[in-house]
Amino acid sequence: MSESPVTVSIQSVSKRFGTVTAVDRVSLDIRQNEFFALLGPSGCGKTTLLRMLAGFETPDRGSILIDGQDMAEVPPNRRPVNMVFQSYAVFPHMSVFDNVAYGLRVAGTPSGEIGQRVRDALEMVRLSEQAERRPDQLSGGQRQRVALARALVKRPKVLLLDEPLSALDAKLREAMQLELVRLQHAVGITFVIVTHDQHEALSMANRIAVMEAGQVRQVDGPAQLYEFPNSRFVAGFIGKMNLFRARVIARHGTELKLDVEGLGRLTLPGQEPHSADSPGAAGPGAGPDPWDIDIAVRPEKIRIHRDEAPGGRISHHGRVSEVAYFGDTSHVYLRLDSGQSISANIRNVARTSRPSFRIGEALWCSWDAGDTLVLDR
Amino acid sequence: MTAPVRRPHGSPRNLIGPLDYTRRWWMRFLVAATFLALYAPILTLIAYSFNDSRRNIMWRGFTLKYYEKAWNNDSLIDAFVNSLSIAVFSTAVSTLLGVLVAIFLWRFKFPGKSAYEGFMVLPIVIPEICMGVAMMAFFARVGWPTNLTWPFNLGNIIIAHIAFSFPFVAVIVRARMVGFNRELEDAAKDLGASEWQTMRDVVLPYLKPGIVAGGLIAFTLSLDDFVITFFTAGPNTITLPVKIFSMVRFSVTPEVNAASTILIVITVIATVLAMRFQAPQDKQEG
Repeated sequence: MSESPVTVSIQSVSKRFGTVTAVDRVSLDIRQNEFFALLGPSGCGKTTLLRMLAGFETPDRGSILIDGQDMAEVPPNRRPVNMVFQSYAVFPHMSVFDNVAYGLRVAGTPSGEIGQRVRDALEMVRLSEQAERRPDQLSGGQRQRVALARALVKRPKVLLLDEPLSALDAKLREAMQLELVRLQHAVGITFVIVTHDQHEALSMANRIAVMEAGQVRQVDGPAQLYEFPNSRFVAGFIGKMNLFRARVIARHGTELKLDVEGLGRLTLPGQEPHSADSPGAAGPGAGPDPWDIDIAVRPEKIRIHRDEAPGGRISHHGRVSEVAYFGDTSHVYLRLDSGQSISANIRNVARTSRPSFRIGEALWCSWDAGDTLVLDR
Repeated sequence: MTAPVRRPHGSPRNLIGPLDYTRRWWMRFLVAATFLALYAPILTLIAYSFNDSRRNIMWRGFTLKYYEKAWNNDSLIDAFVNSLSIAVFSTAVSTLLGVLVAIFLWRFKFPGKSAYEGFMVLPIVIPEICMGVAMMAFFARVGWPTNLTWPFNLGNIIIAHIAFSFPFVAVIVRARMVGFNRELEDAAKDLGASEWQTMRDVVLPYLKPGIVAGGLIAFTLSLDDFVITFFTAGPNTITLPVKIFSMVRFSVTPEVNAASTILIVITVIATVLAMRFQAPQDKQEG
């Protein structure tokens, strides 16, 4: 990936609305053919950033380069980007064909070419049959595909998608996720998608920028982001996480000796470094001793036993406080003897041999020391 | 349509639910009485326009001769032509003005905007008589010439009509504008449309029902306006409502009824059209 040229370069861009800083000194490079996701809770500035790429908002500071060209003076209708809007914004008074043809018509494309390109675009999103329909005769999923075809027919350098799946029901959303990935492979255009849904981002994107309060917290591939979050925020926002406050009491090389709230003394082996282009890449252990940090374990990395775990694993004793059944998994909540709560995900691999835990039952939980994350406070 | 609702076994068929107002006799009576009070005079007026009698007291048989008589009454026809000309002109200008005001109010934020919106609808709420007197005083003050040839002698009436009807257009179009999804505008620009192309291809088609409805309302208001016209009209410019009023001062003949009936028919047609255009389009287009 890193060899591909940069298509979108965002250079310390800031945007304020009144007293609210929506986007705060964001710098990002999005490469050619990347499926890039801007992920964050609502109000984190991801949509504002996308609208600045499209030209609907102008940055107060910093600059945006698309394909090497500074976009500062370029209005939305002259940018080599197209957008799929959250409401789809399909023109209600035009047929599907006319909707898709609109962008080519205002550009003065010859009508013969328009016909061919529109038919190709409709075929690509599997709407050839519906070309003469009006938008109000289409389902939500079909309307969205009209919006996609309408944007892609312009052959933009970058396709921007603003929460494209949020209005669809769960089944259709999953199908459209696959559809979008297929389309992106087929057309070879850089996709930038804004979403608040971590599953959407993890399953579709090559790289994800996690945003909070107008700032980018981490930029990484999905697996890297999930397994090696660089902060308490990213760790808690993506997936579920057991977080513990801890203090470094001694270090031997990369090995850390910790005093953890609710877990007692722990020794952790060396941590893999974070990927280079993320903030906080210097890695944990950079501060002076004694030094406050957080440690974290994903619930699915924790195993539950009736007996004490064999050596080499971090092991604690507690009682079941709650069990939540989710079909494919069960979440077991334990209260450790120290009073600390911890949750573990158990996969229900077989229909009949599902382990049943009674509330109040005494159990052991354990995890590999290597699955423990160390996070800067 | 939905399948008929099966009632639970044994429940009485004519049980009236708490919101079944239309099934209560006193409510039906009230509705009937209201409609009677509203429409009986108009229906009587229309019926008596076909009455074969010089006086509007006794029914003496059906005739169309008063329509014929009205048709041959040159001053009545002149008044009617004047009314139509004024209505067409003032509708065209007030529709244009109203649409521009509505788009302006939707598009821009400026200090004193809400005050402006309030002042703009004043002609709707001001008593017509005050508006009429004000208009008369205004035209007298600026020394508006009274001896122009047709159609320029209608100028002052047209201006007065524009002044009171364009706020109606603006209010109706503005109401339509509220439901406009601004992402449609962004989408058009994103696809390469200029500001003007966006307006022409996306905003105006969306507003069309509101514009047509507003225009028809303006037309209706202008056609049957009496008070303001009465105050602004010069000695030689008579409109249909003013003419009918002057005819009534001598006696209420079936000829007056016939002229009034024609005015009613035109107004009702325009109003029905306006309401149909204003109704939600989405279902109709499907």
